[in-house]
Amino acid sequence: MAKITFITSDNEKIELEATSGSVMQLAVDNGVQGIDGDCGGVCSCATCHVHVLPEHVSKTGTASEIEQDMLELDDNVSEYSRLCCQLDVSDALDGVVLQVAK
Amino acid sequence: MSANKTCVVIGASHGGVNFGTALRKEGWEGKIILIDKDPEIPYHRPPLSKAYLTSPLGIEAYQLKSKESYVKDSIQLKLGVSVNSIDKEKQELTLSDGSVQSYDILVMATGARPIIPPIKGIKTATNLYPLRTAKDVENIQTALLNASTKDVVVIGGGYIGLETAASLKKMGAEVTVLEREERILARVTAPEMSTFFEELHSSNNVSVLTTKNVVAIETENGINTVVCADGTSYKASVIVVGVGILVNTELASSIGLTLENGIKVDETAKTSNATIYAIGDCSYHFNPHYNRYIRLESVQNAVDQAKVAAAAICGKKTVYNTIPWFWSDQYNVKLQMVGLSQGYNQVLMRKEEDLKFSIWYFKDETLLAVDAVNNAKAYVVGTKFIKENATIDKEKLVDTSVVFKPAELLKS
Repeated sequence: MAKITFITSDNEKIELEATSGSVMQLAVDNGVQGIDGDCGGVCSCATCHVHVLPEHVSKTGTASEIEQDMLELDDNVSEYSRLCCQLDVSDALDGVVLQVAK
Repeated sequence: MSANKTCVVIGASHGGVNFGTALRKEGWEGKIILIDKDPEIPYHRPPLSKAYLTSPLGIEAYQLKSKESYVKDSIQLKLGVSVNSIDKEKQELTLSDGSVQSYDILVMATGARPIIPPIKGIKTATNLYPLRTAKDVENIQTALLNASTKDVVVIGGGYIGLETAASLKKMGAEVTVLEREERILARVTAPEMSTFFEELHSSNNVSVLTTKNVVAIETENGINTVVCADGTSYKASVIVVGVGILVNTELASSIGLTLENGIKVDETAKTSNATIYAIGDCSYHFNPHYNRYIRLESVQNAVDQAKVAAAAICGKKTVYNTIPWFWSDQYNVKLQMVGLSQGYNQVLMRKEEDLKFSIWYFKDETLLAVDAVNNAKAYVVGTKFIKENATIDKEKLVDTSVVFKPAELLKS
């Protein structure tokens, strides 16, 4: 079981718990504003962009090459950016805080 | 203001479902009802020919939204039900279960259906399926599992046919793709891409044959023989047909909506009837960037039109203005496409590696579209140039020693 916190662009804090699946699917299923996941999680649309809290990067790891390239679609990219369809829910993510990109 | 109103959506796939969510987000307080003849909880369609076909998981693993999220947004699903008729004066629908559903706003997200071509013997062929729904995939999986041989013929070398071929190969089938044109993907890509995909399938031991016009299917003892106009024939226990789609416009036509290669809509997805909108594959809409009316079969278009229609219905003026994008996964190749290449007069290739390159379609100096193979960077750079109508330096583009960034490739 991992607790995952989303902070939306309206500063709404949404705390969710899950055991499996992708972080994007978790967000979509719970209506987290700003996470669309239009392509269904195959790293093709860049509509699930989040910024990982800097101190939590050790939980998520860093983006793959294709993910980094796709993130460039968004002007608001930072070194803490991830496409959360590429983050699998696991115990390692427990406690992570993700700021939904604007 | 909308509290006592009802918005009914015909079709609960990418367009309909995203519309429902978007309408609620825009502040619609009335009822939202999604109707679809497919009995399954709405699911992602692109994986059907890709990951889902080869997956042991049920379609629930590919659902667009969780069951709970429809409850949370007060979106009512009427699944396994089709719309028999529309009374536009009374603003009522008659459904296949005999019930009558009234509406204040109607959204047609009716999509399209696969063409089953009038080939001699096609109706009596065994294990012959299109691929458009979860049920189709289930049928193909079961047929392959129970077939006496693993020989599969795919009729049609478009994206659906090729993705299906790759997936069926992975499942242990011996696959032959029969394409009527001289090259696969002829309508949608440059010859360079057709050649690449023919070689890709060939190297994965899938036989891709072109100029193969299927004229008859003969079936005996559960085995089909697919006969082509050139006299050749191919045995198949299972046949998958992927030769294109027909837009579902019958309901729209029955109430006199303006049709033109689909249901014609304005920049807010509104049809010729002020209370009726049309979104997704079924809509014939104006694309400002390419300055022409188009019809698109894509997730992107369905989702983006859904958002525009929802905003318009809630009194917000958002105009549809996006660059189309698509993707396809076959074997170890991820193809990402942006833009519409129709009307190109020059094709350039930037090649990093055999399995990592991109094809750039130009009309004179204007970049129209990019096909990127295992190259998200090319897809992203192309998207930026197309969106901004910026002029690219063609010499630098094809020179892989030049850093692959928009600023480096701008024509000075």
